[in-house]
Amino acid sequence: MANTFTKADFSVFDAYKELTYLDNSATQQKPRAVLERVEKYYREENANPLRGLYELSVKATDAYENAREAVRKFINARSIKEIVFTRNASESLNLVAYSYGRANISAGDEVLVAISEHHSDLLPWQILCKEKGAELKFLECDESGSYTADALKAALTPKTKLFCIAQISNVFGRLNPIKEFAAICHKNGTLIVCDGAQSVPHIATDVQSLGVDFLTFSGHKMLAPMGIGVLYGREAILDRMPPFLYGGEMIDTVTRCGATFAELPHKFEAGTVNAGGAAGLHAAIDYINELGFAELERREDELTALAFNEMKKIPHVNIIGADDPRDHHGILTFTVDGVHPHDIAAIFDAENIAIRAGHHCAQPLHQFLRVPSTARMSLAFYNDEEDIRRFISVLKTLRRKMGYDR
Amino acid sequence: MTDNFYGEVLTDHNLHPLHKHELPTATCCHEGVNSTCGDDIVLNLEIKDGIIVNGSYTGSGCAISQASADIMLELVIGRTPDEAQHYKELFFKMIGGDITEEELEELEEAGALQNVAKMPARVKCAMLGWRTLETLLSGEGGG
Repeated sequence: MANTFTKADFSVFDAYKELTYLDNSATQQKPRAVLERVEKYYREENANPLRGLYELSVKATDAYENAREAVRKFINARSIKEIVFTRNASESLNLVAYSYGRANISAGDEVLVAISEHHSDLLPWQILCKEKGAELKFLECDESGSYTADALKAALTPKTKLFCIAQISNVFGRLNPIKEFAAICHKNGTLIVCDGAQSVPHIATDVQSLGVDFLTFSGHKMLAPMGIGVLYGREAILDRMPPFLYGGEMIDTVTRCGATFAELPHKFEAGTVNAGGAAGLHAAIDYINELGFAELERREDELTALAFNEMKKIPHVNIIGADDPRDHHGILTFTVDGVHPHDIAAIFDAENIAIRAGHHCAQPLHQFLRVPSTARMSLAFYNDEEDIRRFISVLKTLRRKMGYDR
Repeated sequence: MTDNFYGEVLTDHNLHPLHKHELPTATCCHEGVNSTCGDDIVLNLEIKDGIIVNGSYTGSGCAISQASADIMLELVIGRTPDEAQHYKELFFKMIGGDITEEELEELEEAGALQNVAKMPARVKCAMLGWRTLETLLSGEGGG
């Protein structure tokens, strides 16, 4: 098997030998290289970064700033000034809403949000619009999760300040044409905020080619520790934005009556930063680069197609979204007629198979699709054919276990 | 959780509920919701002369929440509100993993949910009907 060497890199599968982990869209497991890098940081390099004038603090600063450069390169940003470390994609989106939003959105303006957005790319805008008396509008997709350029053009008005959409939806798994959408937005004078939480871990990302104004993602969904995330923003925009949080290390000078703020990106990183997490994210990027996106995508596409085609053969199993496995990117959200998703997840759990059930933090989408909740299996490159085989064999028995066709 | 958790008692009450319907004669009703799961039921009781003479529920949710509500109604119909509260206490004790053999027998089919105690993620589902009953009875007295 081509990727057994990668699964062996993950300690969790040693600790929990029976585990079939298919909840990768929620969070990914961590390879040993990442765990060791975090431990090494705390063993050998830990001091308060960006502050101390002694050797250890310089090491800590290096670990942190080298990670920033690794991220810059990973998403092909122009400058490290465009890479802001946050806790996760949610915090990155909140940063944009609080900082850019509060300074630039006024009564009568419009914010357009894709209907399939995760709550973290909806609630900050909903709150902002309420606070400012702006209007929150939704761009709707079709049943397969597809958004069209025509629908976007029709939804944009001269008042639309922001358009917020995930590159890959955490429910559909469909890749949205962000590059095309960014161009349409810019023609309209609208900024585009792209949530990359589900795409950056799975496909090569180039922010310059995409043309987005903001891109957000979480480290923990791409092999890195929890608590480190990224906001990419175009320098010219970030530069004009007020700080988000106030505190240490984000200032130039402070007097009794005022302060001037630090240069990008430190302006947005108040307080002691998560240097250990950043070092872990750096190691995760190195790991992915070594594997290569070509191999990673090939592997994930192959497993997605295998699972998709087998699921299609099972009566009463309905896959949400596109009818082509290539439009799913490792995310297969489904329902089983007559079986509640929480019961589905419990039956899988009894077989040591971890999947997600519920509304996946996308309630407006579920209301739009008229399904109260769904189950979701999501895979990563370190899954293998055996994981899919076990998933399918349990899926086949679900209805019988719940008392149907007995 | 064991593989046979969804035994016949549970799946039967889920697929063929005895008390899942509207109740036009209801004297009181209350909605119970588990917001994290989306379980949502409305519990209806007809209380006459201090006796729960009839009861029903409507709504949707997982098999555990639905079967548990159905089994609960089977137990409390024909009882006084105080007796119903007593069953609720026993059910909560069972879920807490702190129930005697005799008490468990009193709970009849509701005993089929004993293993929920070992599934923290599902406790709320099993309790939904009972919690709704508790709120309904404490709000409406014996009315």
